[in-house]
Amino acid sequence: MDIKIQAKHLNLFYGTKHALKDVDLDIKKNAITAFIGPSGCGKSTFLKTLNRMNDYVKNVKITGEVTLDKENIYDSRVDTTILRKKVGMVFQQPNPFPMSIYDNVAYGPRIHGIKNKKQLDDIVERSLKAAALYDEVADRLHTSALGLSGGQQQRLCIARCLAVEPEVILLDEPTSALDPISTLKIEELLMELKQKYTIAIVTHNMQQASRIADYTAFFLVGEMVEYGKTNDVFSMPKDKRTEDYITGRFG
Amino acid sequence: MEKEVISIIANRKTKSMVEKVASIIFVCCAIVSIVAVISITGYMIISGTPAIFEVGLSDILFSNVWAPTASHPQFGILNIILTSIIGVFMAICIGVPIGVLTAVNLAEIASPKVKKIIKSAIELLAGIPSVVYGLLGILIINPLMYQLELLIFKDSTTHQFTGGSNLISAIIVLAIMILPTLINITETSLNAVPDDYRKSSLALGASQMQTIFRVVLPAAKNGIMSAIVLGVGRAIGEVMAILLVAGNSVNFPLPFNSVRFLTTGIVSEMGYASGTHREVLFTIGLVLFVFILVINLVLTYILKKGDENGK
Amino acid sequence: MENSLFNKKSRISDKILNILIQFSTLISVSLLVVIIGYICIRGIPCFRFDYLINTTSILKNTVGILPNIINTIYIILLTLIIAGPIGIGGAIYLNEYATNKKIVEIISFTTEVLAGIPSIIYGLFGMLFFGNLFNLSYSILTGALTLSIMVLPIISRNTQVALEAVPKSYREAALGIGATKWYMIRTVLLPSAIPGVLTGVILAMGRIVAESAALLFTAGSVSALPINIFSHIFSSGGTLTIQLYLEMAKAHYEVAFVIALVLIIIVLALNFIAKWISQKFDVNKVG
Repeated sequence: MDIKIQAKHLNLFYGTKHALKDVDLDIKKNAITAFIGPSGCGKSTFLKTLNRMNDYVKNVKITGEVTLDKENIYDSRVDTTILRKKVGMVFQQPNPFPMSIYDNVAYGPRIHGIKNKKQLDDIVERSLKAAALYDEVADRLHTSALGLSGGQQQRLCIARCLAVEPEVILLDEPTSALDPISTLKIEELLMELKQKYTIAIVTHNMQQASRIADYTAFFLVGEMVEYGKTNDVFSMPKDKRTEDYITGRFG
Repeated sequence: MEKEVISIIANRKTKSMVEKVASIIFVCCAIVSIVAVISITGYMIISGTPAIFEVGLSDILFSNVWAPTASHPQFGILNIILTSIIGVFMAICIGVPIGVLTAVNLAEIASPKVKKIIKSAIELLAGIPSVVYGLLGILIINPLMYQLELLIFKDSTTHQFTGGSNLISAIIVLAIMILPTLINITETSLNAVPDDYRKSSLALGASQMQTIFRVVLPAAKNGIMSAIVLGVGRAIGEVMAILLVAGNSVNFPLPFNSVRFLTTGIVSEMGYASGTHREVLFTIGLVLFVFILVINLVLTYILKKGDENGK
Repeated sequence: MENSLFNKKSRISDKILNILIQFSTLISVSLLVVIIGYICIRGIPCFRFDYLINTTSILKNTVGILPNIINTIYIILLTLIIAGPIGIGGAIYLNEYATNKKIVEIISFTTEVLAGIPSIIYGLFGMLFFGNLFNLSYSILTGALTLSIMVLPIISRNTQVALEAVPKSYREAALGIGATKWYMIRTVLLPSAIPGVLTGVILAMGRIVAESAALLFTAGSVSALPINIFSHIFSSGGTLTIQLYLEMAKAHYEVAFVIALVLIIIVLALNFIAKWISQKFDVNKVG
């Protein structure tokens, strides 16, 4: 399968703290890749390096390379707005803007220059449908997004992300703030979305990783300990530390 | 020496007395603000209404002839009211863009070092006495306005030259004076916007400016509205800075006219006015007070609405 | 590649907005520089130490602002003596005693209203209420009473914020070992809230020093040295700002700039002290 994103000798420092240590990882196209590991292991930090959201954290220094379709995203010529249009992100806490549902989804297309009402309507409908939210909100598109339930808000955030037509979707523990039913809905949604998109998800829920991910990477104190097909990682881990974690001996 | 016997019961009475007195004193302190507001309101109404009955409401509010010392005195304050409204409105129009953009810089863009400098400057600006603004207005802005006046009305035979003491000068001074209020409150409300909004906007590929102007500012609009309302309050109540700068004669508020505001109207004649004339000055005070009350109500409404949206 | 990351788009609108933002900031900051600079340039050459120790007298042919400095100090002290305890007490009531939510709301609202009333209204009210009704006429006391109401919101709000910042555990600890409420407030709350209270007091001082409109018809405008330390509070006395206004109206710009210079120095000093206090005693500062 094609490689969509490739990290090579990626090191990241918060001030003097070495938060990512020489990470090498390939993310395959049209698959779900899960990053697991105990809190503070660097999995979220790694995810954020993939669309340069770490740019906004103070005192961050990055060495090494991350390529998206063979282009180094840390090259000085890179336009981060284009990068983030291609590599979208969904955060842990559902965080819709304080606007209507419609305006939330239309936000991305609008900033990328789409003004045509008809076209926007289409995008909004398509994105909401893709995020399996359309039926629930079709009759109240112009009411405030803050009135939705937590699970609906998170699917709205996914729809908002889809509306800019990204190639890669990064999800940072997208279900940790949600109830089991909403979680299940989002997992089903991700399984469907991978036909069209490349998905990387951070989760502290190992069952979730084993349920939905094609590939799994295990992080521990800034190091990527093990990476492989999800089945392999979970059933016959090569590294002792992975085994300890998966069997619940720590973490 | 006899050892003092301490009983649990013996001490209770004096102790609870102290407690009681303390709490009563605190209640009294707290009530002062209520008493003050009621008495100020009462006095404004009591002192402001007699003239309305003597002269007639419409002859005061809707007439623009102000001749308090003429043999047939007339007390129309329409021009004065209009001056305050137009003056404050224009000051807001100038001050708000500058203030809000400065606040944006403070809250979103500036590095901590630059931010510290800007903040200190704004704090100092807020502390400068209004008479000092007035002094600078007379000596810096008025001469400039006079140059402009000479240029524009070079061939005019009807224009009354004001030496630069005109509405525009007053508006500029007011706009400067409300800046600290606008900047501080806007900045506070921008800081209150959750970082999540910025992050998710940036993650959608929006530039920093797009994020600020499409997400952060709209999310802070209630705070910005309060800033504007408080700015209006500050501007409409200002006296000493514009007393001399505005020229202080009663005229229709045209840019190059010498004008009198509600506040300056009171101050400039209170010293010598007597009888009905003095009472009308209190009516002007009442009009000003009503404006302030309306502003306060609007503010309370905005804040309440903000609370509801936040939930 | 058409869709490459390297096709940097330069958004003109972003650039324009950024320029506008920087330009606005420049205006805001340079205003202060111009104001202070101008006053220094005009004020320092005129400044003579004589001004600070003389009174203005036609007979002796001297010009000085000593009486105004003394009057300003009188008004500051008197106002703080009146408003300080009331403001702090009110804040203690609101934060520690009040149980009725409605009352708290009403008091907070009236405090808010007081903060929004312009000084000219305070001036009119003070003139009618303290000056006429209490028959204090134009006097330093009338002025101080008027200003007391005006600065009340500043003191009480800052005290409230400071009290709120005191951790709940302090209160519980004190009450838990048998301290009465007032004792707890006196020994635990107020000491830890002092920096905040002081900041409020200094801000109030700044407001008093800068005030003019509320004093014109309450404290009056006389510049005379006190004959008796106590009876002086019953005599009319113009502060520095009032004197500045009078000199300005007479176009005596030289003295006006000297006063402006003195005022600016006081404002700067107060500002500096307030900053110093809040940095020195920052409760939330770790370590």
